[in-house]
Amino acid sequence: MEHGKYRFIVGFLIVPLTIYAVFVIWPFAQSIYYSFTDWTGLSPDFKMVGFDNYIKLFSDEVFWKSLQHSLLFLVLLPLVTISLALFFAFMINVGGRRRKNSAVSGVRGSSFYKIVYFFPQVLSIAIVALLFRFAYNPRSGSLNAALDAVGLSSLKTAWLGDPETALWAVMGVMVWSTVGFFVVLFSAAMTSIPRDYYEAALLDGADRITTFFRITLPLLWDTVQSGWIYMGILALGAEAFAVVQIMTTGPGGPAYSTTVLPLYVYLKAFRDGQAAYATTIGVALLVVTLAFAAVVLKLGRRERLEY
Amino acid sequence: MGSTNVNRRDLIKRSAAVGLVAAPGMGLLSACASGSGEDNKVEKGKKTKDNPLGVNKSAALEIYIFDGGFGTKYAQDAQAVYEKNFPKAKTKLKSTQKIQSVLQPRFNGGTPPDLIDNSGAEQMDMGVLVGKKQLTDLTDLLNAPSIDDPNKKVRDTLRPGVVEMGQFDGNPVWIMYYAYTVYGVWYSQKALDKLDAEYPETWDDMLAVCAKAKKKGMAGWTYAGKHPYYLPFSLYAFMAKIGGPKVLESIDNLEPDAWKQPAVKAALEAYYELYKKGYVLDGTPGLDHIESQTAWNEGKALFIPNGSWVENEAKKTTPKDFEMRVAAPSGLDSGDQMPFGTLWASGGEPFIVPAKAKNPAGGMEQLRIMLGEASSKNFTKQVSSLTSFDGGTDGLTLPPGLKSAVDALDKAGKNIVNPRIQDWYVALQKEKIGVACLGEMMAGRMTPAETMKKAQKYTDEAREDDSITHYKHN
Repeated sequence: MEHGKYRFIVGFLIVPLTIYAVFVIWPFAQSIYYSFTDWTGLSPDFKMVGFDNYIKLFSDEVFWKSLQHSLLFLVLLPLVTISLALFFAFMINVGGRRRKNSAVSGVRGSSFYKIVYFFPQVLSIAIVALLFRFAYNPRSGSLNAALDAVGLSSLKTAWLGDPETALWAVMGVMVWSTVGFFVVLFSAAMTSIPRDYYEAALLDGADRITTFFRITLPLLWDTVQSGWIYMGILALGAEAFAVVQIMTTGPGGPAYSTTVLPLYVYLKAFRDGQAAYATTIGVALLVVTLAFAAVVLKLGRRERLEY
Repeated sequence: MGSTNVNRRDLIKRSAAVGLVAAPGMGLLSACASGSGEDNKVEKGKKTKDNPLGVNKSAALEIYIFDGGFGTKYAQDAQAVYEKNFPKAKTKLKSTQKIQSVLQPRFNGGTPPDLIDNSGAEQMDMGVLVGKKQLTDLTDLLNAPSIDDPNKKVRDTLRPGVVEMGQFDGNPVWIMYYAYTVYGVWYSQKALDKLDAEYPETWDDMLAVCAKAKKKGMAGWTYAGKHPYYLPFSLYAFMAKIGGPKVLESIDNLEPDAWKQPAVKAALEAYYELYKKGYVLDGTPGLDHIESQTAWNEGKALFIPNGSWVENEAKKTTPKDFEMRVAAPSGLDSGDQMPFGTLWASGGEPFIVPAKAKNPAGGMEQLRIMLGEASSKNFTKQVSSLTSFDGGTDGLTLPPGLKSAVDALDKAGKNIVNPRIQDWYVALQKEKIGVACLGEMMAGRMTPAETMKKAQKYTDEAREDDSITHYKHN
C-alpha cells in the first residue's frame, strides 16, 4: 500500500487531473509564455521580446497603483466583510436577550433579518454596481439626498467623482453585496454548535462578548477560513473587476484612484491591443494570488475541534 | 497524523490550495489564445459596370455593427439593398455593443467578418490593426464609381477630411468613417433667450453669460465628468482658434513641448476659470455622459461640450421646445489666430474591412451602397446625424440640433480642425489626458500649470513607448 500510494490516488484522479491540466495549468503556461512576446491580441503573429514587458511593468505607475489597490482590497475586504458577517450572524442566532424556554436565541425578528441580508446575494453584481452608481450620483443620487435630509449637507461629495472617496465607495458596494452570503454561511455553522455549550457558559455568567470569542469564533474557525479564501478570490478577481469597471470614472477612477489589477489587465488586452503586456500583469496577479494562498493556508493551520 | 500518509484532509487541502490559486487568474489569462491565420477567400466575381468591385454574386456576406447611439436599423436597410442587388448572396448582419470582446477572437483565429463598424467604448485599436496588417486597403472602393453617378468616383462624393482620416502612413486608406460628427459647444436656444443672451464669441462674453446664468440659479457648464475626454470636444478647437491648427498638430505629433504652448496654456486657464468662478454644475465630476446630458436638458446648465450624436442620444430627455443648438467654441480674444467658427468636425463610426475577410469585395460593395445618397439620407433621417457623403440633406427636414450643425459647418468653411490624437493614441487621449489631466483640472484638483506638466509627461511617455505605433502629420 505504502509503495504505490500516489500511483493509486492518481489512478482515480486521472480524468479530473487531465481536465485540470488542459483548462487551468496549460493556459497558465501559455500566459507566461505570451508575457515574453509582443503579441497585440489583434493578430496571430508575434515575436519574442525577452523581459521587455517585465522591465516596462516595473516603471509603470498605473500598474503599481493597481497593485496597491488590489492589495488593499485583499486585506480590507475579507476583514470588514467577515467581521460584519460574524457580528450579524451572532446577533441573529445567539445574541438575543434570554427568553423563556430557550437559553440562547437571536434578536427579535432575526429570521426576517436573515432573509434581508441575503437579498443582495440574489442580485447579480452587475445590477448591484449599476444601482449604486445611481445612488452615488452626486446630484440626484439617494446618498447625497439622504445626507441632505438629515442635515448633513456638508458631508456631500461627488463620491465616485472624487479620488478621495471613490475607492471607499467601491469597497462599500462590495461589502454590501457579499456580507449577506457570509451571514447565512456563518448562521448555518452556528446552528450546528451544540446549545449546551452556550447554556453552560451562560450559567457560569459569561456575557455575549465572552461567549462570542470563547465559544462561537473558535468553533467556527474552519468556516471563517473558507470565507476568508472565498472573499480573497472576490477581491482579486471578477467581482472587483465588475464593480470597478461598471461604477467608476474612466473606468479606473479619477486620477487612477480605483484601478485594480484585473481591470488593468482587461484594458491593456482589450482596449490598447497589448495582450502580451496584459498577460505580464496577469502573471503579477498570479504572484499576488499565490502569496495570498500561502499566507491563508499558513495562518489557518490549526487543530480542528471535533464536536 | 503520520507524516508519510496522504490522508483525505491533506489531499483536499492541497487541491484546495491549487484551486484557490487558479480561480481568479484563470478567466483573465486563459481568455488569450491565438490561432493560426489561413487564407480562404471567396472567388472574385466579374467586374462589370454594375459591379465595379467585382463582387462574387453568390458569396455570403457577414457584417458586424456596433449597436450604440445610432442603432442598427440603418445598416439593416442598406443590407436589404445589397440583398436586392445580389439575390443569391446570403447576408448576415449581427450587432453588439462589445465589438472587441466579440471580434478579437475572430481576428486571432483568422476568420473575421467582412465588414465591421469598429465603434463604441470597445473599439479595437486602429493603430494596432493597421500596424499588424489586419485591414484591407479601401482604395479600390474610393476609386470605384459612386452608386448615384457612374461618372463620379466615391472619393469625390465625400466630405472634406474623411479620406485622410482613413490613412495612417502613406496612401492606403484603411478606414471608412461613415458618420460625420460635428463637435462643439451645445446649448439650448430657449435657455439663452430666457437669459436675454447671445451665444458668446469671446471668452469675456462667455464668462458674462455664465455670470448671468448663475444669478438665475443656473450653472454655466456641465460635462461628462466620468468621461472627461468629452472636454476636448470644445477645448481642442478652442486651442486651435487661439494659436492656429499647428497647436493641435504638435499635440498629435507628441512633440516635447506640445503641452507647453502658449495657446494650450491660455485655453486651459480659461476653462479653469469656469471652475474657479463656480460656473460648472455642482457634482459634475460624478456624472456620466447621460447624466450630464440630462441635467443639461433639464436646464440645470447652459453649455455642454459634446458631439452631434447627442441629439439622438438625449432624445428621450430633451424637452420639445429645447431648440438644441451647436456652436463653434468661443474664442479667447481678438488676438486669436483663427476666426470665430473654427470647428472640430470629423468622421465617426469607423467601418473596416478586415484583411482576412472571406468576402472583402462584398464588404466594400456594402460600403459603396451605404455611401450612396439614398442610404445616406436614410441614415440622417433615422439617427439625425450627417454621413461622410457630402450632401444628402436636401429635402429633409432636419431636427434643430443637426440643422445647426450643418449651419456651423457652413460657417466654419475651411476652418475645420481634426485632432488625430483621438484615433491615433486612444489610451493617451481618453485615460491619461482626458481622465487624469483634464478631469482633475475641471474638478479643481489640479491647476492648469500642473495639468500642462502632467499632460506633457504622459505625451513624452507615449512618444518613448516602443509598444505604441507612432504617427505624424505630414
